[in-house]
Amino acid sequence: MTKFVVAFATVALCLTACTNGAPDGETSTPFAGRYQPLPGVTTLLRGATVLTGTGSRLENADVLLSDGKIVAVGVGLDADGAEVVDASGKWITPGIIDIHSHLGVYPSPRTASSSDGNEATEPVTAQVWAEHSVWPQDPGFVTALAGGVTSLQILPGSANLIGGRGVTLKNVPGRDVQSMKFPGAPYGLKMACGENPKRVYGGRGTAPSTRMGNVAGYRAAWIAAADYRDKMKAAAEGKGEAPLRDLNLETLVGVLDGEILVHNHCYRADEMSVMLDLAEEFGYKVTAFHHAVEAYKIGDLLAENGTCAAMWADWWGFKMEAYDGIRENAALVDAAGACAIIHSDDAIGIQQLNQETAKVMGAAARVGIDIAPEHAIQWITSNVATALGIADDVGTLEPGKMADVVLWSGSPFSVYTRAELVYIDGALVYDRNNPADNPVTDFSLGTSSLTGGAL
Amino acid sequence: MNHAISKSIIIAIFFCGLASAQITAIVGGTVHTVGPAGTIENATILIEDGVITAVGKNISTPSGATIINAAGKIVTPGLFTPFGQLGLVEIGNSAGPLDAVQRGEQFTAGFDIADAFNPRSTLIAVNRIEGVTRALIAPQARRTDEQGRSSHVISGLAAVVNLGEQPGHIDKRAAALVVSLGERGSRLAGASRVSALLVLRNALDEAIDYRANKNAFERGQRRDYIYSIADLEALQGVLTGDIPLLAHVERASDMEVLIRLTAQYGIRAIIMGGTEAWMIADQLAAAHIPVLMAPTANLPANFDRINARRDAAGLLVSAGVKIGFAGPQSQTHNARNITQSAGNAVSEGLSWDDALRAITLAPAEIYGLADQIGSIEAGKQADIVIWPGDPLELTNYPEKVFIKGNSISMVSRQTLLRDRYLQTETGKPPAFRR
Repeated sequence: MTKFVVAFATVALCLTACTNGAPDGETSTPFAGRYQPLPGVTTLLRGATVLTGTGSRLENADVLLSDGKIVAVGVGLDADGAEVVDASGKWITPGIIDIHSHLGVYPSPRTASSSDGNEATEPVTAQVWAEHSVWPQDPGFVTALAGGVTSLQILPGSANLIGGRGVTLKNVPGRDVQSMKFPGAPYGLKMACGENPKRVYGGRGTAPSTRMGNVAGYRAAWIAAADYRDKMKAAAEGKGEAPLRDLNLETLVGVLDGEILVHNHCYRADEMSVMLDLAEEFGYKVTAFHHAVEAYKIGDLLAENGTCAAMWADWWGFKMEAYDGIRENAALVDAAGACAIIHSDDAIGIQQLNQETAKVMGAAARVGIDIAPEHAIQWITSNVATALGIADDVGTLEPGKMADVVLWSGSPFSVYTRAELVYIDGALVYDRNNPADNPVTDFSLGTSSLTGGAL
Repeated sequence: MNHAISKSIIIAIFFCGLASAQITAIVGGTVHTVGPAGTIENATILIEDGVITAVGKNISTPSGATIINAAGKIVTPGLFTPFGQLGLVEIGNSAGPLDAVQRGEQFTAGFDIADAFNPRSTLIAVNRIEGVTRALIAPQARRTDEQGRSSHVISGLAAVVNLGEQPGHIDKRAAALVVSLGERGSRLAGASRVSALLVLRNALDEAIDYRANKNAFERGQRRDYIYSIADLEALQGVLTGDIPLLAHVERASDMEVLIRLTAQYGIRAIIMGGTEAWMIADQLAAAHIPVLMAPTANLPANFDRINARRDAAGLLVSAGVKIGFAGPQSQTHNARNITQSAGNAVSEGLSWDDALRAITLAPAEIYGLADQIGSIEAGKQADIVIWPGDPLELTNYPEKVFIKGNSISMVSRQTLLRDRYLQTETGKPPAFRR
């Protein structure tokens, strides 16, 4: 029986592998991405202020894109046959990346029938995958594109202690989520501290109803995961029978094995500190705390642990655990040597991550912390790419990387600036001055929204 | 005699001291008056007893005046958030007071939110140090709670408050009557938006009947009313046109119904939300109905908002509609972010002057306070903000804020937290740092 299942699975894998063009025999993954870059032409963006995402700022510089990659960045580039875009007076940055989005899983319009972000039926649901909820026709993908967002992680909500897998997407219009999946990006695991899980489950008279109940819940899950991993390993070595495949534990083992990255919704400094100890107890790493409103209180701890803090610029007070929010949060985290990220968690906020960053820059300047544009841009590009495990491909303008590039009408940190051209893998996917060629979701057809539709 | 002389000297000194202490001169800034004088470079503003006494070039500074050097700075009127719950809410979710919400239908129009305002709320200082000097505070409708109590279609009376440090915060009670129409109204009234309209019409009709038959009612010789006397009394101001309806409504067709309703009853309205207002901008302009809107809300958040677009602010103003900015992110804790709304509206086609007007003078006009506040003009209360540069740029924060002529402390709970955690090498836990 077991043998038959294995044989059947192998056939299925082979079929998948064949369509993917992967070598025979290579282990495939379910729901593998089918992303194909859109066609592009060799393009030379000429004469801009370039923020490379590596911390550098180049004046009057050019960026050359070809075959979906960044070929060169520098002054006075030439390329025969390239389409030349006059970028003088404009700014160029890597594509913006949002580490925390619910586009597609909580789409517009917000109806109960498409509210698919929280499997709030039990507190640990590592078996669910956000990608199975993503509705690619969410008009929010297109408006985010108009805000310069080229990649984004879609996460499950925060009702659960462990809410399931997040998925990183390229922000290209697709008929299905598979054609949007960022090739090779590791999965994320959404975890949540604090108020939400205890409110959702405590409100039903079930565990957890307290923060200590939350922590007991995480520990129980990791104990089960470690046990499952050990049994699987033993079975592979011929010692004992393998347990029945368990999707929940399989995902958690992925974290213990370092293949799946932990993205932990956690507001308060004291709770983040507990979560770092929890990670140490079970031997995993917290890649990033999200909504880390109090990260500025523990910048040193975050730096020591190599854990990023993903933050809003100024959201505060909408719940008790957000009461201590300050505008300088990201700047203080950054100053402590930790990895700072500005995130959105919001379909409007994702369109203006550059503006949110500007608010922090201005607030930091008030207390004598100067954050240059070439540094600040990393909070929404390269730092995010690192935390998503895709830094080899995107996040900076370096030769060989995917040509995910934004041409801005001016400094991205001015409120008056707009993304004019957005390239993903070298293909022009958004052109502010040519709305007739911009993508429109099926949902937006026949409506009059400016960037979500084109009536 | 000696006694009398010394007394008069003391009085003279007193007045002298008072006079010099009470004149403030803001000198040398680029002043965007938002009044008929427009923008004045290198201007002087004189403030006395909380009131602007002069603004312009070549104004001499009285000796003894407190001089504020604003050379190289931008000076604007104080910001006015035209809709929100400042001072009514401390924590949005699962903690703290929520005084803006009434459930159970005990009172409707008679529910006067002004008495719930807490000028010492932590939200007040956070917002005033960033230039917000006035706010409309409004009751809120919420969905049915666990006990099955729901909010009413008519939420109650909104008030205009100032965010100053001095006593006397209520600038205007009964500045508007908040009602919910469209999908929002249908949720409160039952199953249909028509139900919400019927609730509103019935209340107005009862108020008309009560007005005409007050004496008979008091003698017990008139039919009973659904609404309490407090509600019916409050509605009288709506019927006279003194109190505008502040109507939550997003869909164009619902706004057209509202226009007809205001014409039928001869009453005034302000639209809150107005996602699709741009589609009927001419009609709104003709009916003199202002719109409080969110320039960045460009997504079809529900089917009432299916035609959301990012350039709606400019389209409305071009058609002659007065606008203010009241996005969901600028109503309470981040009321300060109306500058971001304004900046984004500019980037999508609204003129800079109109954007500044939308966050200063326009709300004052909408709530009938433009003779007192909203612009930098002689005779108006001195709400003034000094900025290091363009106030709509997100990197610029106010350097000094005056509310009714008083220079406020630029400290909030957030600046205290920030300053505490800026010190890292004290060797003691943060609790010991001030």
